[in-house]
Amino acid sequence: MKKIEAIIKPFRLDDVKDALKEAGIQGLTAIEVKGFGRQKGHTEHYRGAEYTVDFVPKVKVEVIVTDALAPTAVDAIERAARTGKIGDGKIFVLPVEDAVRIRTGERGEGAL
Amino acid sequence: MNPASPGRRARLFAPATVAVLIASPALAADAVSAGDTAWVLASSALVLLMVPGLALFYAGMVRPKNVLSTLMMSFIAMGVVGVQWVAFGYSLAFGSSGPLIGGLDRLFLAGIGPDAVSGSIPTLAFVVFQGMFAIITPALISGAVVERIRFGAYTLFILLWSILVYDPLAHWVWGDGGWLLEMGALDFAGGTVVHISSGVSALALILVLGKRKGYPTEPFIPHNLTMTLLGAGLLWFGWFGFNAGSALAADGTAVLAFISTNTAAAAAMVTWLVAEQVRFGKPSALGAASGCVAGLVAITPGAGFITPGWAIVVGGVAGVLCFYAVCLKGRLGYDDALDVLGVHGVGGTWGAVATGVFATVGAGSLITGDVRQFGVQLVGVVAAAAYAFGVTWVLAKAIDATLGLRVTPEDELAGLDQAAHGEVGYSL
Repeated sequence: MKKIEAIIKPFRLDDVKDALKEAGIQGLTAIEVKGFGRQKGHTEHYRGAEYTVDFVPKVKVEVIVTDALAPTAVDAIERAARTGKIGDGKIFVLPVEDAVRIRTGERGEGAL
Repeated sequence: MNPASPGRRARLFAPATVAVLIASPALAADAVSAGDTAWVLASSALVLLMVPGLALFYAGMVRPKNVLSTLMMSFIAMGVVGVQWVAFGYSLAFGSSGPLIGGLDRLFLAGIGPDAVSGSIPTLAFVVFQGMFAIITPALISGAVVERIRFGAYTLFILLWSILVYDPLAHWVWGDGGWLLEMGALDFAGGTVVHISSGVSALALILVLGKRKGYPTEPFIPHNLTMTLLGAGLLWFGWFGFNAGSALAADGTAVLAFISTNTAAAAAMVTWLVAEQVRFGKPSALGAASGCVAGLVAITPGAGFITPGWAIVVGGVAGVLCFYAVCLKGRLGYDDALDVLGVHGVGGTWGAVATGVFATVGAGSLITGDVRQFGVQLVGVVAAAAYAFGVTWVLAKAIDATLGLRVTPEDELAGLDQAAHGEVGYSL
């Protein structure tokens, strides 16, 4: 099993969700996060005071898939999240040791 | 009704008039105008609504951990000053005549029954209308000291400030025999008494209190500007009572004050936004809220004396002037958290001076060739500012030495909502 973590632009979330569903994913988790990469932050002005806001709002999508499905899912996210501009985000793939469906007690890939 | 004249508010309500009319109830009954009374009562309610409006205006600009504390600092004025006014504030401001302060003859409104009449309204209507002004003025100061002042010390401060600063200033400008009134100073609805006094006092108080922890290196980003815009809208709405109600009659002067007030607020909002666009490339929502308040402040002393055309100038200049005043704050290094000095001090001073430049209705000014009036306005500004600054500074020092003005660093970090009130504004 693999865990795919994708940091994306918030407004791409719906497209990413649809692309993953099309690729055969049953469920995912989306979290509102803040962070920075090479895009850096931006400046805000309040009554003349200038503040540099380092953290940019992003959405992190987490999805656990079978090893076989992982490349398709990564491709789907990559396609759906891309705008071609700086700040499109990153995708990470990690190994997962086990999974449990709490209701039935199923283990491993059967729990996904 | 006569057209507005300097000190009209006070002359109608000289205690001597009250005494005469109390003595002859039949005459008193004839003198009351239902229309005037209805408008002054409605205006009183409008001015009270400005206090929660101000609370929202300020609370949107602080951080989430201080939202309730900031709201409370306006709300508590409705409690403490509301009692103070009836107990002795009214008497100190509008009791027996003298140049510097009223008297103790009207403590707990002694001798002012429902039949007492002043001008064309019951005296009690005048008392309650003036009381709303006394309530909102110290609440204005709170914007400078939010996020770090102790609630108990602040509450004691606004009570003593009302007695030592507000009541005497109201007497100077509006009370029978008040020295600025006798000199002919024009202050239609409180530019000097309310805005200069609160703006300058805010500066004196923060010089004693000090900066917020982390200011100015850490960002202090407003947590909810939707509240601030709603608050600004309520202030604008309530200001019609504040200014047009100050005619103390439902007449042409009230209507003039109403339209000049609206026009100045509109002009100031536009010029503040233009200044922001030029300087930073974006017109902001906070700028719109701040701009209209700056215009409302500036037109306050001249609302019943200035025509709507000149009100565009008064408001338009106020928008740019106050914008640059709040920008300058960063360089001067003091922490006037929500710009009470920049908006009320600077806007109020400009308004008092502008009244001496543009007044044409019921009073003279520079444009009618009345240089003396302009000079009198300057005297009023300097005297009120010096008095408010001096007394506030001493008062702040005294409270700081006894009770302590400032919360502990731990409480400041945790937020005043929890530290002072045992509550939080937001929970997941």
